[in-house]
Amino acid sequence: MGFTQTTNNGIVLVRAEGQLIVGNRQELKNLVTERLEAGERRFVIDFSRTGYIDSSGLGALVTISKQVREQGGEMRLAGLNDDLRTLFELTKLDTLFAISNSAEQALSAF
Amino acid sequence: MTAIRLCVRRAPLAEGEGPGTAVTVRLPSDVDCIEEAVALLTYHCTAGDPGRGRLRFRLQIVLAEAIANAILRGNREDSGKSVDVRAVLLTGEVRLHVTDQGAGFDPLQVPDTLAPGHLEEPNGRGLFLMRHLADGIVFNPEGNSVCITLRRR
Repeated sequence: MGFTQTTNNGIVLVRAEGQLIVGNRQELKNLVTERLEAGERRFVIDFSRTGYIDSSGLGALVTISKQVREQGGEMRLAGLNDDLRTLFELTKLDTLFAISNSAEQALSAF
Repeated sequence: MTAIRLCVRRAPLAEGEGPGTAVTVRLPSDVDCIEEAVALLTYHCTAGDPGRGRLRFRLQIVLAEAIANAILRGNREDSGKSVDVRAVLLTGEVRLHVTDQGAGFDPLQVPDTLAPGHLEEPNGRGLFLMRHLADGIVFNPEGNSVCITLRRR
């Protein structure tokens, strides 16, 4: 499973096309790093097509979020289903990330 | 995605284990196999379970974590070693046995990921998630095999 990306009014919208796990977390990290290097600073990561995220995936999001903030940028997560929200609450990562119900809401929240 | 196809074996439990079914999968020490193994095992463990929605998510997470631990920390991605998963399907619960061929580890030495200052640590949440989503988790004394129990509810 991979990731697709589009740019909307200067905001990079990354859509996870499946799970975010140890096997593909590096792909997401590389994608965001490349866009940061290209000068992009605002990111939305949409998980509306994601069934589960493992601890490596959560760790990758923590790393990416830190990287974006260090560059003066902002990242929002969107499209988390109830199970995924539980995962973020359990790990207290809901306190670290800005989370929107949908990609559209996340895009308009900047 | 890997080109390796995983083989699932499904059989009645051995005499003495009670009524139920065992599903077994052996996979190579390749993280690209994890998603397929999780999907196959989750399918077999939830088939026919009316409350499978919540069980499915818990299964997916604990399987992904246990198999990733076995490949990365147990077998250290040694292509000569494999990971065995045996799922015991009982009326009221599912028991997952995940075994690697590594030297084992001490689960008590894993740091608390919710401790102050650890929130932005990229690693260390796997065991925490397994403990919180499973109803029981027991490591063998060697630390290279874990038995995870999930009640059907």
